[in-house]
Amino acid sequence: MRNFIILIFILITSSLSANEWEDKKVFSNGKNTNSLSILSSTDTSFFAPIIKSFLDKYPDIKIEYFVTGTASLDEIFRKSPEKYDIIISSAMDLQLKLVNDGYAKKINQIDHPNWAKWRQSLFAFTIEPAAIVLNKKAFKNIAIPKTRQDLIKELRSRSTFFRNKIGTYDVRKSGLGYLFATQDARTSETFWRLMEVMGGLGTKLYCCSGDMIDDLVSGKIAVAYNVLGSYAEARKKKSDEIEIILPADFPTNMMRTALVSNSSSRVKTSETFIRHLLNTQTEKNNDKTHSLPPLFLKPGQQTIILEPALMTYLDKLKRKTFIKEWERAIIQ
Amino acid sequence: MTSELKVSGSLQNRLMFTLISGAAVLGIILFFIVRGYAAQIAQNGQDDILEASLSSILDAVVIQDGSVEVDFPYASLSMLDTELDDRVFYSIYNDGILISGYEDLPLPEKINTEISIFNTIKYKDTNARIASAKRILIGEKERITISVSIAQTQDALSRTLNRISKNVALFGSGFFILVTLLSYWATATTISPLMRLASSVTKRGPQDLSPFEKKVPSEMYPLVTSLNKLMTRLDLSLKQSEDFIAEAAHRVRTPLATVRSYADATLQRVTKKENRDALRSMVRAIDEASRAASQLLDHAMITFRSDNLQKEPINLNDLVQNLIDNLAPIAEMKDIELKFKQEDKIELFGDFILIQNAIRNLIDNALKYSPYEGIITVSIGTSPISFLEIHDQGPGFPPKDLDNLTMRFTRGQNSNGIVGSGLGLTIAKDVANAHGAKLQLSNHEKGGACVTLLF
Amino acid sequence: MKYLLVEDNHELANAICSRIKLDGHVIDHTDKLEDAIAFSDTGEYDLILLDIMLPDGDGRSFLKHHRDLKKDTPIIVLTARSQVSDRISILDLGADDYVTKPFDHAELDARCRAVLRRKSGATQPIIKFGDVTFSPLAGQLSINGKIVNLRNRELRLFELLLNARGQIFSKQKLVDRLFAFDEDVSDNAIEVYVGRLRKHLESTSLKISTHRGLGYRLDND
Repeated sequence: MRNFIILIFILITSSLSANEWEDKKVFSNGKNTNSLSILSSTDTSFFAPIIKSFLDKYPDIKIEYFVTGTASLDEIFRKSPEKYDIIISSAMDLQLKLVNDGYAKKINQIDHPNWAKWRQSLFAFTIEPAAIVLNKKAFKNIAIPKTRQDLIKELRSRSTFFRNKIGTYDVRKSGLGYLFATQDARTSETFWRLMEVMGGLGTKLYCCSGDMIDDLVSGKIAVAYNVLGSYAEARKKKSDEIEIILPADFPTNMMRTALVSNSSSRVKTSETFIRHLLNTQTEKNNDKTHSLPPLFLKPGQQTIILEPALMTYLDKLKRKTFIKEWERAIIQ
Repeated sequence: MTSELKVSGSLQNRLMFTLISGAAVLGIILFFIVRGYAAQIAQNGQDDILEASLSSILDAVVIQDGSVEVDFPYASLSMLDTELDDRVFYSIYNDGILISGYEDLPLPEKINTEISIFNTIKYKDTNARIASAKRILIGEKERITISVSIAQTQDALSRTLNRISKNVALFGSGFFILVTLLSYWATATTISPLMRLASSVTKRGPQDLSPFEKKVPSEMYPLVTSLNKLMTRLDLSLKQSEDFIAEAAHRVRTPLATVRSYADATLQRVTKKENRDALRSMVRAIDEASRAASQLLDHAMITFRSDNLQKEPINLNDLVQNLIDNLAPIAEMKDIELKFKQEDKIELFGDFILIQNAIRNLIDNALKYSPYEGIITVSIGTSPISFLEIHDQGPGFPPKDLDNLTMRFTRGQNSNGIVGSGLGLTIAKDVANAHGAKLQLSNHEKGGACVTLLF
Repeated sequence: MKYLLVEDNHELANAICSRIKLDGHVIDHTDKLEDAIAFSDTGEYDLILLDIMLPDGDGRSFLKHHRDLKKDTPIIVLTARSQVSDRISILDLGADDYVTKPFDHAELDARCRAVLRRKSGATQPIIKFGDVTFSPLAGQLSINGKIVNLRNRELRLFELLLNARGQIFSKQKLVDRLFAFDEDVSDNAIEVYVGRLRKHLESTSLKISTHRGLGYRLDND
């Protein structure tokens, strides 16, 4: 297959668009009778295998793949929903609100488990944990914390060592970070104590998981809280310098979701793509070479549910209150 | 003659139609009532949840440091999760100014505290149920009104309603089918005595005018009573009219016979030609009158019997032989020879009295028109089809009258001086018609009239 | 011949009686059913003429009584009822024939003759004049033992003249007796029949003489 599919990666200059893309790529094998434009928060390297396998099957389609952060993705899409056919994001709350507000198209002929879809418009295709990631070197002589409580204890007891060596999402900038934080806060008060401890130690704030992992690997920071587990796993395969911990007290799992824009003019092709995406991401079909984990719930595993309540923390007033409190805790 | 009775529908069908359409109307009414009721209940369910959600939001409103905070719980929206993932919209106003939520979600002008008001609205191209209420908060300096609306689409509700409708429709159809079967059974049971009466009337022979004596339902009692009365009257009047006709004939004929006898006796004594001619005319008139009376009576009888032929097997050869024997003395008077040629035997199935009457009339005619010492030939044969032919040596039928001689009271132009009423051929033709036979008139090539009955 | 007439209409009865007497027969008349039964029980009649509707009963009961006694005297019914069903029931009850009123005497005569001929069989009266033998019932005339074929009307004429030998019959009288009422007959029709009869009788002792202006007469020389 790969022999006659010539994939062309073209880096497009930012002059074409006002948006500052994190990444932008075009996948094509030259025939191009149809095209699709995908707006995504998933790093290209993670998503490319899926696009490639799609193009193997449908060689005459050109795919433009735009990558940006979850928060700006929501903003960009709401501004011009007709420009993009498929929206992929890890911020479940924002995705759900897009559907609630009528931006998504219903796709009726898709058989997908009920818990992994909303209104037959929003389809989850991964289950990914929020993880505590550690630098192995830093924890050489220290017991590795298994829970948030352990982590709090560890941070307090070696406050000098950990000062300025902790990182987490800046929830004001990252949609996914905000989702993880609000879900944590909803689940347990431990979150706020952890935030206060982290705030006291001068925590670094990041826009994205990638940057956090980079700093962990380089040793700039020793602990990162609420890092996207899948990204960390991918990095761990390359360099075994980090340790990934899924907190045993309460794990937070999120689902990456996709929807077809209601204003899309290429509904048929979009639907075909969604079908392909969901099919690839079933536990049975998930290729081990793929970096994204499949849509698979282990027994006893829980995930953030797709329900209208996800919109609770998107409420202007609630967000304001939450961020005020978060800032009070983490920025001291 | 019986006139064709017009049939207008059937009692059973009418009864069934009434019952079934009643059931159908009832079913439809029931369907709408149940559906409406179900819709009401389902709507109340949705309203209850909306109201709970609404009050949980209102409860979360606090004034903190002089500013309004609405820290509503996760459950406020969580409770609005439905099986079909209905969309949820809300808006929060502070003294009429939107502080959070969807700005285009309509806020009713009049909102109560405590009690929510509900509306069904069109929002974002879909039907939504909206609940609104307000809460007044008194702060240190100010007094503010927080109004909240929360809306939910009705996908799950309409699916529930559709399911209920489907079930109710299914139930209604079952009910309808059951009623249809029941009404068929009921009408069949109701109508069966009537059918039994009808079939017992049909099975009766035309002569059976005895009253019905079987038990009948009370509703049919007047009908059967009237029918019985009618039959009794009919029976009586038939008997009476038969007697009356016979009596009338007797009364007329007897004095005619007397007058004729007188004329006869007088003729023996009168010698003057004018007087004799006058007497002859008189006698002829009497004969004509009596013959007309007979034929009218015969014709009436034929008309009466044609509707109810009393068929029996008839040996036509014997019948004709008897007639010839009976008419031989009259033929002899004129020295007419009555020949009977039997080429074959003919068995008929018909009304003996009518057929005898018809053939007698035909031979009578032949005798009247036949000349002295003439020959009348009656032939019976079956080739090519069964026939009876009477051929005389008289003047024959006038060719231009051939077509209408069988009309009532029509006589041929050459009948002058011969006694007759003009009904003889009519009678023969009517009898032939009643038996599906054909009467043919023609003139024999060697002269003389030829009458043929083709069976 | 001896006739019994049962008829309640006296005018008609008189007419019938006088006509039958003219033919040289004897006739008894009664107008009651009761008497009719008594008459027929006591007297020997050759023929009974029976009216059906009688003041004291139905003529049909007489028929039944008659047949029950197994009498073979022929009966001709005189009836005013012309319907076929009536005729059939009359014949079924044992009448030999019927005549519907009003009737022509010629018809009654013809029917009487036919019935008598049928009933009497071998015991027929025969009239003989020399070489002429005449059997009125069979209507047979033999001259010198040879049967002469005569037409019905010739026979009737012969019988008429024979029964009243020596009496002159006018042409008119002969027409009245020989022809039915409704027949139009000219006087010379009689001359034709007389002529034919004369020819047959040429060789016998019986002669028909013509009396100009008066009529005809049969003489036995």
